[in-house]
Amino acid sequence: MPPLIDRTWLWLAAACYLLGAGLGLVALLRERRHSRAAMYIILAAGYTFQTFGLYLRGVAVHGCPLGNKFELIQFTAWSAATLYLVIGPAFRLSLLGFGTALLTAVLSLGALLVPSWDAVVRTHIFGGNTWIEFHAALALFSYGVFGLLALVGCLYLVRDYGLRIKRIGGSFAFLPAIRDLDQIGLRLLGAGVILLALSLAVGSVWWLREPATVNLPKLLTTLAVFAAYALAWILRLRGQLSGRRWAQACALLFIAALLSIAPVNSSRHAPPATGMVKGTAR
Amino acid sequence: MSAPRPLLFHLGASHHTAPLALREKLALPPARAEALHARLASARLPEFALLNTCNRVEFYGVAGSEEDLSALASAFCEVTGLSASDFSAIRAHTTGAGAIRHLTAVAAGLESQLLGENEIFGQVKDAYAAAQSSGRVGPVLNRVFQKAFQTAKHIRTHTAISTGQVSVANVAVELALTIFGDLQSTRVLLLGAGDIGEKTAKAFQSRGACSLTVANRTPERAFALAQTLDATALPFEHFTHHLGDYDIVVGSTAAPDLIVHAADAAAALGRRRSQPILFLDLALPRDIDPAIAELPNSYLYNLDDLAGIAEQNLAARTAEVSRARALIAEKADAVWQQVVDRHGR
Repeated sequence: MPPLIDRTWLWLAAACYLLGAGLGLVALLRERRHSRAAMYIILAAGYTFQTFGLYLRGVAVHGCPLGNKFELIQFTAWSAATLYLVIGPAFRLSLLGFGTALLTAVLSLGALLVPSWDAVVRTHIFGGNTWIEFHAALALFSYGVFGLLALVGCLYLVRDYGLRIKRIGGSFAFLPAIRDLDQIGLRLLGAGVILLALSLAVGSVWWLREPATVNLPKLLTTLAVFAAYALAWILRLRGQLSGRRWAQACALLFIAALLSIAPVNSSRHAPPATGMVKGTAR
Repeated sequence: MSAPRPLLFHLGASHHTAPLALREKLALPPARAEALHARLASARLPEFALLNTCNRVEFYGVAGSEEDLSALASAFCEVTGLSASDFSAIRAHTTGAGAIRHLTAVAAGLESQLLGENEIFGQVKDAYAAAQSSGRVGPVLNRVFQKAFQTAKHIRTHTAISTGQVSVANVAVELALTIFGDLQSTRVLLLGAGDIGEKTAKAFQSRGACSLTVANRTPERAFALAQTLDATALPFEHFTHHLGDYDIVVGSTAAPDLIVHAADAAAALGRRRSQPILFLDLALPRDIDPAIAELPNSYLYNLDDLAGIAEQNLAARTAEVSRARALIAEKADAVWQQVVDRHGR
């Protein structure tokens, strides 16, 4: 039997995430609480498959697999899953597991289902520079944090909607409390901003050394994403952005962050990569 | 020759069968209960437990024969002063698996006036413990009660029979929990000294609210209620200035006009830096400006809203009754079969 290729592992991961999402959805529709342990195990299984898939891809491309849209989205989903597996048990936030499963399923399946995103695979994209690799991985990890933040924002909006239409029973009964969501959201926002700031700081060292290698649209897009999240954080800390508007901002900013992947990816400084692989079967 | 099956029985009356005026007569305080036991000395009731709550007086036991059950009914009528005909008109009586089903349904809260309430479970446990300590529990009642407790717990966990709150005060607490998560750090302001406000304040206290402050137009009443509730009294004319200090504001005055205005609430919310306020308007006419519901970070519920949630919860519980009864029937029949196998030789 031939060894499983990276995409096969990533398909297995997506299937696990989808299973988790399905389990959570069925429980929610039946107005039953899903098993937190089962959800954690399913997500952990998906995470293991995804980690292995990304590892194989990393070995193939000689670096952190962040060379095309497919890899960027997969890495974002992996980051969100990592974060949930680490902080989920501590937060004990109901539906966070379901939400993470849904988010990672959508991201990883979405990436797998668009072949063009993985049509061209770049190798050696960081040219052996581990700092740049660290910069990119950290930036993507912060996107994973922002993904969970968006999830928390959506849960906040649904809980708020339920409270305003005077519904706290049925499926609404499983939603976390407003104040818990608010506090966890604030922590995630702070963590995401700090991670992205750190990533930009690391990247800026390289940029100052060799400004010509960094594409301006990429720089501006990344800075715009960072500025938007940093502004949201400051406004939230000052109490000027709160409640529904804050939750909406968390969700919308993540959509913007995901959309920013396209310009960032297409405007990569070309061609530091030493090679390109056409196709996806490895 | 095999021995006769044990005559496991339940006999008694409850709010389902007896009006309040009659239930008052049925109550068995300790002295009467002792008198009843003394009268039953000659009856063959090897196992016997008495469940005596405000809504029911029920006997569970193992009798030698139907005559012994008649002796029990007569003794009960004698100690309560109820006529035999009155008792026979209100009494409920089941035997065998039926008695187990009934006991389990009672313990699970299916027979309670407030469907699915939890207090009855403790009352049944107390009744069992009392019978046990007086040596009136044998192998049959022991098994029946233990299995009834197990099944009742299973039902409460696996059906929605106890989900949601069905009283206004408890719904208010449930609502606060959906906003604040827990009440350990929440500060409650009670405006007015109305009965429903007091009940709600007590419900918040029982769930661990951090502090309670009472403001009333009559300062004496505010102080008196504050003392009763171990709370702080606040001069009524100052409450608007302190509105932002509270997480939950409960209006229950008899004031003819609004006393919490949108402008005051907006100012209070502005000072709280993203922290929400739950406004509970339990007064009629209303105390709290309905426009407050539109303010960011504020949640306003009036009596109708709370009653609506209570009704939704009750409907959800009611929808689970048939499922719970089916579970009880299945378990009770199995327990009865075990009893017959072991003791009905």
